[in-house]
Amino acid sequence: MKICVLVKEVPDAAVDKRIDPETKRLDRSGEKNLNPFDTHALEAAMQVKEGGTDVEEIVAVTMGPESAVRALHKAVALGADRSVHLTDGALEGSDVCATGYALAKVLEAESPDLVLLGQQSDDGECYTIGAVVADHLKMPSLTQVIKMEATDGKLTCERQAEYGYDTVEVELPAVISVGDAINEPRYPSLKAIMGAKKKPLDTKAIGDVGIETDKVGMEGSRTAVLELKPPPEKEAGEIIEDEDTNETVERIVAWLEERKLI
Amino acid sequence: MAVEPAEFPPPIKPAEEFIAPITDPEEERIEVGVAIVGGGPAGLACAIRLMQLLEDEPELTKKLGEVPVAVVEKGKTPGAHLLSGANMKPSAMRELFPDLDPSEWPVYQEVTKDAVYFLTSKMAVPLKPMPPNFRNHGNYVTSVAKLGRFLGEKAEEAGVYILNETAADKLLVEDRIVRGVRSGDKGRGKEGEELANFEPGSDLVAKATVLAEGTLGHLTGAALDYFDLDGPDPQRWELGVKEVWEVEKPLDRVIHTLGWPLRWRPKYKEAGGSFIYPMGEDKVCLGLVVGLDTTDATFSVHDALQQFKTHRFIRKILEGGKRVAWGAKTIPSGGYWSMPKRLSTPGLMICGDAAGMVNIPTLKGIHYAMHSGMFAAEAIVESLKQESVNFENYERRVKDSLIEKDLWQSRNMRQPLSKGLIFGGVMGSAMVATKGAFPGGHWKNEPDADVPVELGKASSRYPNPDNKYIFDKLNSVFLSGNATRDDAPNHIRIQERVPREVAQSWVSMCPAQVYEIPEEQLESGAETVDVHVTPSNCVQCGAITAKGGRLTLPEGGDGPLYQEV
Amino acid sequence: MGGILVYALHNDEGEFNKNSLGALSEAAKLAGELGTDAAAVVVGEVADDAAAGLGAYGVKKVYRCKEAPEGLAQPIVDVMAKVMTENDFSYALFGGGLLGFEIGAGLTARLGAGVTMEVTQVNVQDGKLVAERPILQDSQIADVGYVSEPGIIIGRLNAFDANETGGTAEVEDVQVELSEWSTKAKMVTRGEQRGADVNIEDAEILVGGGRGLGKKENFELAEQLAESMGGAVAATRAVVDAGWYPYAAQIGQTGKTVAPNLYLALGISGAIQHKVGMQSSENILAINKDQNAPIFEFCDLGVVGDLHKIVPKLTEAIKAKKGG
Repeated sequence: MKICVLVKEVPDAAVDKRIDPETKRLDRSGEKNLNPFDTHALEAAMQVKEGGTDVEEIVAVTMGPESAVRALHKAVALGADRSVHLTDGALEGSDVCATGYALAKVLEAESPDLVLLGQQSDDGECYTIGAVVADHLKMPSLTQVIKMEATDGKLTCERQAEYGYDTVEVELPAVISVGDAINEPRYPSLKAIMGAKKKPLDTKAIGDVGIETDKVGMEGSRTAVLELKPPPEKEAGEIIEDEDTNETVERIVAWLEERKLI
Repeated sequence: MAVEPAEFPPPIKPAEEFIAPITDPEEERIEVGVAIVGGGPAGLACAIRLMQLLEDEPELTKKLGEVPVAVVEKGKTPGAHLLSGANMKPSAMRELFPDLDPSEWPVYQEVTKDAVYFLTSKMAVPLKPMPPNFRNHGNYVTSVAKLGRFLGEKAEEAGVYILNETAADKLLVEDRIVRGVRSGDKGRGKEGEELANFEPGSDLVAKATVLAEGTLGHLTGAALDYFDLDGPDPQRWELGVKEVWEVEKPLDRVIHTLGWPLRWRPKYKEAGGSFIYPMGEDKVCLGLVVGLDTTDATFSVHDALQQFKTHRFIRKILEGGKRVAWGAKTIPSGGYWSMPKRLSTPGLMICGDAAGMVNIPTLKGIHYAMHSGMFAAEAIVESLKQESVNFENYERRVKDSLIEKDLWQSRNMRQPLSKGLIFGGVMGSAMVATKGAFPGGHWKNEPDADVPVELGKASSRYPNPDNKYIFDKLNSVFLSGNATRDDAPNHIRIQERVPREVAQSWVSMCPAQVYEIPEEQLESGAETVDVHVTPSNCVQCGAITAKGGRLTLPEGGDGPLYQEV
Repeated sequence: MGGILVYALHNDEGEFNKNSLGALSEAAKLAGELGTDAAAVVVGEVADDAAAGLGAYGVKKVYRCKEAPEGLAQPIVDVMAKVMTENDFSYALFGGGLLGFEIGAGLTARLGAGVTMEVTQVNVQDGKLVAERPILQDSQIADVGYVSEPGIIIGRLNAFDANETGGTAEVEDVQVELSEWSTKAKMVTRGEQRGADVNIEDAEILVGGGRGLGKKENFELAEQLAESMGGAVAATRAVVDAGWYPYAAQIGQTGKTVAPNLYLALGISGAIQHKVGMQSSENILAINKDQNAPIFEFCDLGVVGDLHKIVPKLTEAIKAKKGG
C-alpha cells in the first residue's frame, strides 16, 4: 500500500494572526509550524504501517511557499519516507476550489492507495479540502474520522456526524480526513529529526503535474474576499447584584426565557 | 517574622541527577563534532564562528563527521526563550559578520540620544550630568528574541544543525571528561509516568561541548557543582519583566530611570531600575529590573512594573498605545566575583550569561556572550586539531579580552546598591569615576535566598488591572505565547510546605503566577502553608532558583514563544 | 438568476434536521430578495407528505432521489450536481454540520465552484449573494463574494433560524446514476449514541464550573443545573488540574473550544486562557462573587453573588418552568 499524507504549514498557534489589509489574505510572516491536525494524520499512517498492513512507503505532500519545506521535514521526522513539495508563484491566492484541484493533480501523479490528512487547518478554518480532493481523484472520502482500521483493501472507520457516531466501511483507494481524537501523535526521536533533511524531497511546479494556470491562483479562484470587518460589537452585558436571591433567580429565568434558552 | 528561603532548599541534587555516563548503545547514539547547548547569542555566535573557521580546515571538518556542529535549543526556535533590554554594543556583530552593514542587522536603531531620570511618585527629574555607565551612544537598540532568530538563520545557512524543541537534560561525563549531552524525554505524564507516545531522550556524543544556556543554565549549575568550578562569590540574580508597546508618538531617546516605584530604604533592598527604549517609529519597550534579594515578601516585579506605568511621565509615552508583548527573565548580577573560577574543564566550556558574563552597571551582556562564543570556537579548532579536549586556551582568550577588563572594573558596583539607594548611588558613582579603583577591595555577594523575607506592604500599592494599561499576570503569560502541555510533569522543584513568608515571596516573585497559597490557608492566617504549583504557566525566567527552589527543564518545545522582547 | 438549492438532511426516523430547516427558510428568504425560487433536495426513503411538507419553510419544489442512500456525502453530491446543472441553480445552501461540509466540498470540485463555509450571515448585494464568515478564531468577519456561478454556501451550526410560513412543495422524483466511487463507502451503523461520552463541543447548553465552586463535591451543583436545562458540564483548567473534574470537560486555551447557545459560567473568573475557549458562545451568563472578575466584561448577563445560594434555587425554578 502507498499512503500519501497531505500536510500544511500554518502560523504557530502562539503567533498573533493577522490579515494583510492590502491583499486581504493571511499575513504569513512569523513563526510557522506543521498543522497540528496533520500530525494526527501522520500518526494514523504510521499506525497502519505498524499494524501489519504492507505499506511500501508513506509520502508527505504539501502545497506552499518555499518555507513549507520545514513542514515536510517535520513530517519526515514523524515517519514519512519522502516528501513532495508543490510550489509555484501561480498558486498564490488559490481558494478552496483551486487548492483542492492542485493537490489532486499532484496526488494523481503519486497514485496513492490511501490519502490521509488532518480534517482542518489552523489558518484556513475550512474543514473541507479532503472532500474536494477526493472528488477530483474519484475516490470515496470520509471526514471527521476518529477511528480507522485497515484490513484487506478496505477501511472500517468511525466518524462523528449529526446524529451520533457512524461506522462506515470504505474501499481503497480512499481519502480520509482525521480528527484529533483519533490518536496521540508520537514525538520524533532526535535521530529522526536530524535525518529528516537527508530524505528525498521532490520539488514540483505546476507544469510538472499538469495543473492548468487558469484553474489556480487568484485567477482560478471562484470566491473573492470583498471586505474585512471587525465582528459586531457585543453590547455590554447587564450586571445584577444579588440581594434578594429569589428575585435574582426570577430575573435570570426571565432573561433565559426571553432568549428562548429554556 | 523574617525567614530565609535558603532554609528550605529544594529536594534536588543537581550534580547527581544531571550528570551521567553514556548509556545508549553505539548504534543509537548520535555523534556530532561539537555540541552547543543553547541557541542564544553565545551559542549561535560560537556555531557560526566554528563554521567560518572550518572552511579553512578540511581535515578537521572530516574528523568532526556528518554533523560538525549541532546546537541544542529547548525553545521552538532560537529566540523563543530570549529576553533582554537591550542596547547592544556592536563589536561582536562586526567581528562575526564583517561583510554586513548595520542596516542588515536585526536592530531597530543606533542610539543617538539617551537620558537618565530619577523618579518620585509625581516627578521625573533628569540626572545631569548623566551617570556615565548609562551612556549608550554608538550602541544599537535590539530585541534579543529577534537577534536569536537572525543568528539561527545565519547558522543554518552556514551548515549548523539546530535541534529545536530539544532539552539538554543531562551532561554526559566519563572519567571526568565531558562527552556530550543527553536530550530530555518527551511524553511523560504528570507523575512522570510514560505516556502512550513516550519517546526517550538520546545521547548526543560530541568531541567538544559548549554550555551557552544563558541565565541559571540547567547543565551549567550541575557542572559547576560536579567539577567544583564555583567562583569566590555565589552568583546572584535580578528579575526583569518587560513589555513591548505599539505607540502613537515615536520615542526619541533611550531612557533609564531610578527611584520610584522602588523603595530606597536599605531594609527593602529594592535595587534596580527601569528602561524605556524606542523600537523604530512605532514601538517602544519598557521594563523593570530588580534584584532578587528583596526583603518584602509581597514585592512583585511584574506588579511594580504595572505601578510604574501609572506615572505621568510614563503614561505620556504610552498614551493611546497597545501592549503587544510581555516577558520575564532573570539576569546574573554577581559580576566579576561570581563568575566561575574556571570556565572550562576537559571536554567542556561555559560561555555567556551562563558564566555570569554580564556587566550590570552598564547593562551589557549580549556582546560579551557573542565574543565568548567566538573565543570558544577558536579554542575548539585549535585544541581539536591537536586531538586535545583541553580548552584552557579558551579561558586565556577570555582573560585577555574586554570581558575580563570590563567586568573587573565594575566588580564591586552592584553590591553597594543592596545597602540602599543613597549609599549605593554614592559608592557606585565613586567606582565609575575611578574605573573601579576606589574603594577597591572585594565586596562580597550574598546569595539571594540567604536574605530573610517578611510580609510587608509592597503589594498594597499595586494598581488593579484595567486591561488597557495595567494587566494581570495571567493575561500577560498568555501574551508570551506560552504553550506548555497541561499533563506534563512538574519541572519545578521546591519544598511544598513552608513558612508563609517564604511561600508569599515565591507567589509574589513569580511573574507568571505559577505559585499559589490555597485560599483557606490565606484566610486562616496559618503560619506554615502549602504551595500549589501550576507548572504550565511557567515562562522559565529562573527566578525560583535564585530564591530557594530550582527550575529544571520542562519538555523541549514548552515555554514561551517570544517574538520581539 | 437561477434558484437556490438546499439539502435537507433527515435521520432514520424521517425527522428533518433543524439546521436543514433553518437553511430552507434562509434560502426562501434570499430567493425572494433575488426574485427567484428556493428548492430542496432529499435522498432516501422520504414519504410524499414529509417531502411536500418542506414547503412550509418556503421552498417551492423538492427533488427526491429515493435510490441514493442518506448519511453519506458522495451519493448526494451526484444527486445535487445533476439537479443543479439540469435546472440551472445559481447557489447551493447548506445548514452546517458534517454532511453539509462534505457535500458542499464535493460539489465545489464537481462543479468547479466557489465555496464559503462557517457562514454566519448571507446578504444580497447587487443582485448576488455575499456570504459573511468569521475568520481567525472569530476575531474578524470576511465578506466573501462569488466570482462565477454556481456558488456554494455552507452555514455555521445554528446560523439560520427555521421559519414556518406555511405551504406545500411540489415533489419531483429524480433518477441519478451514482458515480463509481460514491458506492465505495457503505454505512454499517448510523447515528450511534454513546451515552456517558457527552461531547461538550456539541452541546447547546453548557454549565462551566470554576474554582469559585469551592470544592470538588460542589460540581454537583453544576451537574444538577445542567441536567435541568438539558445541557452538559464543562470545567476550567484550574479545577481539572486540581482533580475536581475530568480533562475531557476542559475548556480553554489548552482544552476544547466551544460555541454553545448558552454558556453558564459558575465561579469562573474569566481569565483569558479560559475566555478563548468559550468567547464565541451565543449567550454567556456568569455568576461570581467577585465583582471585579474579568468575566463580567464580556458576559451577556452577569450576576454578582454567591453561587452556592443562587444555583440551587435557579435549578429548582427551571425545573418548575419545564415541568409545570
